Amino acid sequence: MSVLLFAENSQGKFKKAVFEAATYGFELAQLLGTNLEAVSIGQIENAELEKLGTYGVSKVYRIQSEEMDAFANTAYAAGIASVAKSVDANIVVMAQTYNGRAIAPRVAVKLKAAPLSGVISMVDPGNGFQTAKYSYSGKGVESFKSEKDSLVITVKANGFHVAENPQSIAIENFEYTPAASELDAVAKEIVKASSGISLTEAEIVVSAGRGMKGPENWGMIEELAGLLGAATACSKPTADMGWRPHHEHVGQTGIQVAPNLYIAIGISGAIQHLAGVSSSKNIVVINKDPEAPFFKIADFGIIGDLFDVVPQLIEAIKKAKVSG
Amino acid sequence: MKILVCISHVPDTTTKIKFEGNGDTLDKSGVTFVINPYCEYGLSRAIGFREEGKNVSITALSVGGPEVEPTLRKALAIGADDAVRISAHPNDSALVARQIYNYVEGKEFSVIFTGKESIDFNGSMVPGMLAEYLGWSFVSFATHMEMTGEESAVLHREVDGGYEVVEARLPIVVSCQKGISEWRIPNMRGIMAARKKPLAVVSPSEEVADTLSTIKFDYPPAKEACTYIEPDNAARLVDELVSKGLI
Ligand SMILES: Cc1cc2nc3c(=O)[nH]c(=O)nc-3n(C[C@H](O)[C@H](O)[C@H](O)COP(=O)(O)OP(=O)(O)OC[C@H]3O[C@@H](n4cnc5c(N)ncnc54)[C@H](O)[C@@H]3O)c2cc1C
Repeated sequence: MSVLLFAENSQGKFKKAVFEAATYGFELAQLLGTNLEAVSIGQIENAELEKLGTYGVSKVYRIQSEEMDAFANTAYAAGIASVAKSVDANIVVMAQTYNGRAIAPRVAVKLKAAPLSGVISMVDPGNGFQTAKYSYSGKGVESFKSEKDSLVITVKANGFHVAENPQSIAIENFEYTPAASELDAVAKEIVKASSGISLTEAEIVVSAGRGMKGPENWGMIEELAGLLGAATACSKPTADMGWRPHHEHVGQTGIQVAPNLYIAIGISGAIQHLAGVSSSKNIVVINKDPEAPFFKIADFGIIGDLFDVVPQLIEAIKKAKVSG
Repeated sequence: MKILVCISHVPDTTTKIKFEGNGDTLDKSGVTFVINPYCEYGLSRAIGFREEGKNVSITALSVGGPEVEPTLRKALAIGADDAVRISAHPNDSALVARQIYNYVEGKEFSVIFTGKESIDFNGSMVPGMLAEYLGWSFVSFATHMEMTGEESAVLHREVDGGYEVVEARLPIVVSCQKGISEWRIPNMRGIMAARKKPLAVVSPSEEVADTLSTIKFDYPPAKEACTYIEPDNAARLVDELVSKGLI
């Protein structure tokens, strides 16, 4: 029995979420007294694969076949399941990314495993693999158990932690050629809607709402985000009105985020908005209405006019950067 | 073209979530249940195919007890042709996927729409498991879908910071996200017609062992009170954030 990580790469590079899933896999393997191995699919350099060693992976199986250069969930799941069977892994761990969510349910069926989705704590092998995930769109936390000891676990981004557990890592090629029937939904092209930082993985998110009055005022939001290395987000109405692109819409019906720092500017904090952002570790709210519900879950609040406060904040950060 | 729309029956988005007892279950008193908003995008897209002049039949399906029937009636009012309730307790994603699979097998559906996730359990697992049981193609988090032939479609799938253009074969399971269509408000005629549309109750076709079980629900850790900072003292906010290592 070993633990197998699906180490997803984006254009040949690993993102933080993969190292977080690797950390999870390593800590779980330690509990079970076994090793963490990994499978990688698609074109990737050895130097990049070796980074997995830093986070606890002792061996990585690389599947490289032309048919799998583009994402195809059926073929990817089949490739992962085939490695899992050949190395006798009955626990597969991956990051809860867009691709992870597409693949994990298929792998679970193939391995007759229980799907543990979006976990935020380590499973307890001595107690039915009990663990927890958010439920009711962040309004609750569900603790649950598995009847099976064969598992497919997706780890919520920023839901666990990243730790270095250096291992010497071996890289081995693994032959897997997908059948034509497994290439039934294939990505032809990725259209980038923004050149910016990925919203779901960002450490800092600067988000703004209807208090901005119009799209022409977003320059300062982008400047603030730029200074902080943050991703930009927005409330639903601002996306619906076309002030901001849809892929920035966070909340219950938009993207769910859990960054280290969420800065909400001119957003009231409606329950549906909070559902998507309340698992952020630290929240700053800037709003002129002292009664705005957002203040109830804020760590820091400024009651004031955003058109005064935000430019001052930008100046203060620039100053801190110069002196710091 | 036969389309199945899977409908999850969930608390309205404005619900203040409260748990009963020691967090055993949701306290349902005063809670309004609705069509899961993401499932509703799928229903709307199915109706869109009909409006584009395609010959489609739309079946709305939910796994659950009699309490889901008003939610299915709403789907009929919005425009589904008939509805099916599989009478099983939907407490486990594998079980729900398995039940839907058993119903679908041999019925010649071409497209199954689901939501990208349900807003109660947020598992996002049912659609992919269903596709795998059926051996069908699967596109998750779809923001766009057009048919390109009798047995092919092009879809957009949300990915980080953009979208992927996917060419897929039918039959297909599509999990829907905002963008694939707009929600529709049922009109009086739709509501009247919905009363007469068929709603079949199907018993669960086989016993499927649950794989996961809920132990309890908790509330997310309570927040400490907000520290207020004077509006003309942005520098203090920066100091606080720097000292906490946040920026
Ligand atoms: C089914 C459903 C799903 C939904 N899903 C989502 C979702 O996923 N995400 C989401 O965001 N919303 C969602 N909503 C909408 C949600 O209910 C709110 O309407 C929305 O979040 C409000 O956006 P807002 O805060 O930008 O605007 P408002 O509520 O209009 O708030 C604007 C805020 O800006 C402040 N303000 C105005 N001017 C200034 C100024 N000069 N300086 C400082 N502050 C100022 C005001 O005090 C106010 O608090 C959903 C609604 C429904 C019914």
